[in-house]
Amino acid sequence: MTTRRGFLAALLASAALPGLSWADAGSPAYLAAAREADGGYALFGLSGEGQDVFRVPLPGRGHAATAHPSAPEAVAFARRPGTFALVLDCVSGRVAHRLESPEGHHFYGHGAFIAGGDILCTTENHIDSGEGRIGFWSRREGYARIGAVPSGGIGPHEVLALPGEVLAVANGGIRTHPDKGREKLNIPTMRPNLAYATMRGVDEVMELAADQHLASIRHLATDGATVAFAMQWQGDLPDPTPLLGLHRRGARPVLCAADLPEQLAMEGYAGSVALSGDMVGITSPRGGRVHLYGLDGAFRGAAMRPDVCGLAPRGMGLMATDGMGGVLGLDGDRVRPLAVARRHWDNHLVPVGL
Amino acid sequence: MRGLSLAVMLTLSSPAVAGVKEAVEDHVLPRVHSFAVQAKALEVNASADCTAEGVRPSFQNTFDAWMGISHLGFGPLEEEGRALAISFWPDKRGMVASTVAGLVRDEDPAVDDPAEFAEVSVAGRGLFALERLLYDPAYAGYGRGDYTCRLVQAVARDLSRMAGEVDAGWTDHAALMLTAGADGNGVYLTEAEPVQRFYTALMAGLEFVADQRLGRPLGTFDRPRPERAEARRSVRSLRNVELSLAALRDLAEKLAEDPIPAVAAAFDTVQAQAQDLQDPVFAGVDDPAGRLKVEIVQQGVRATQDAVAGEIGARLGVTQGFNSADGD
Repeated sequence: MTTRRGFLAALLASAALPGLSWADAGSPAYLAAAREADGGYALFGLSGEGQDVFRVPLPGRGHAATAHPSAPEAVAFARRPGTFALVLDCVSGRVAHRLESPEGHHFYGHGAFIAGGDILCTTENHIDSGEGRIGFWSRREGYARIGAVPSGGIGPHEVLALPGEVLAVANGGIRTHPDKGREKLNIPTMRPNLAYATMRGVDEVMELAADQHLASIRHLATDGATVAFAMQWQGDLPDPTPLLGLHRRGARPVLCAADLPEQLAMEGYAGSVALSGDMVGITSPRGGRVHLYGLDGAFRGAAMRPDVCGLAPRGMGLMATDGMGGVLGLDGDRVRPLAVARRHWDNHLVPVGL
Repeated sequence: MRGLSLAVMLTLSSPAVAGVKEAVEDHVLPRVHSFAVQAKALEVNASADCTAEGVRPSFQNTFDAWMGISHLGFGPLEEEGRALAISFWPDKRGMVASTVAGLVRDEDPAVDDPAEFAEVSVAGRGLFALERLLYDPAYAGYGRGDYTCRLVQAVARDLSRMAGEVDAGWTDHAALMLTAGADGNGVYLTEAEPVQRFYTALMAGLEFVADQRLGRPLGTFDRPRPERAEARRSVRSLRNVELSLAALRDLAEKLAEDPIPAVAAAFDTVQAQAQDLQDPVFAGVDDPAGRLKVEIVQQGVRATQDAVAGEIGARLGVTQGFNSADGD
């Protein structure tokens, strides 16, 4: 039971004062990390038109940020195998909390809020066993660690909140050990999956056919009903292997592929996925293109842009960011530049308030 | 004083832009035009004499011209899958063999309609389909009245169409590269982007030579794969390496503008190593001595990549893509 004193202490420790909202941080529609022209790193809030709304300096290169659903707080993760994450107060620009992964664990770079923003979920590696974990942190208690469950696989990467306090977890299947950096230790035997979990544990695991076991499931998007999962091929290239799948709980996944030349042009790599209306997009920075599909799995077209990676919904279309500082609007396969800044946008573009 | 600092600024910012103009006008445009001319000659010659003996010389010329531009995998070659439709390689799953065999077996009537043939799988079109028909024993000795003859003519005509589209498309793409950063240019948003594009193409081209053109036949020490050498049926494997290195060197020189002694030395070395190889289809990867010589060329290409990154990349302030080089 929470005491009044404990509650007040937690309140004081929380990032933003009660009542503060994203409007107090300039109403960003998106968060994106970048390397700036001077070599430093920062997290930016962006408007729906791709303009800067706020800037918070980061101590190093981040991977993804997680936006609190209502309070102007962003959790920025160090690149894997990082052992810390920063809760940033996007109004003041200050670091409100610093999360350390528990002893023997490291973060994998993504997180998600559930319980109306009260609980942060993080993907982690239990280093000795190599098993994936989902860690839970209580925002009300100053982001105290409150538990963890197995993620249902190895190498969990992105975690996403679904309606009903359910989490979708992309278990990428690749075992790593911090002593060996990002070296992949189990490629021949890797078995990625898409798992569904609650705070009690995993209750459904979707695994692809055996001949797809080299397709690391890494990034996720959802409209609440369908989970779109983006993959990265760990086998020999070139290979026209599908890089996008669509899944509904309890059903078989639908794998999506473009025509042969377009599929090969993705270079076996999808960096981000986003879902908007009846459309799903994946980016390939290596192939320099965005692929667009319908929710029925049919290929709709490709949009070209070198080093494009970040992707998020924007109206009925999508917004993308690239490593040359470009922010692009996509309506169908038409690309329209919205903004360009002297910075390198990093891997992900995170919608705020979704 | 103010005038001086402005002059300094212009000097600092000019190389990025000027190198692009030279790369576009003196590297890309003459080469895509040459490819279109050779492919047109291939089409005309094939329609006059479709036999393998009649078509092979212009096939070789067209392939030579393709080696001059195969590294330009953006713009017109990136659109409509043209690069792969022109050159479907590497072909890990043997799709050229099966697609060509299927067309011949079914006597697919698509050969009589250019628009329909343009819809045939990329594995059944382009230089590698043509190579199969002109050099593989399975099709040897076809006559002027055979289906294979019409297929050869259709592939040649389709190649010529695509080469013409690439040539024409580059007129527009050149304008986009040369007006980078201008209002209304939705492709190149800043003056730095065309520099980045060429630099990426240069580095990716070198990587393709090392990893694919040399790396595929090398396989592993325990399992060399000479049968994977590029265009070995038409005895072009080494020639393709030499011609693409020459093309990449030309791009490096145009892009850098100023002297690039380290890059030039690296190219001198690797081009001499390739010339010394005297193993036109890398058949020697089967034995340790022959393998070593191919590996030396591969190392030479990697050393050239390092030189390009150190000398040209550093000077122009570009690196390979931020996300493409380092994702997660």
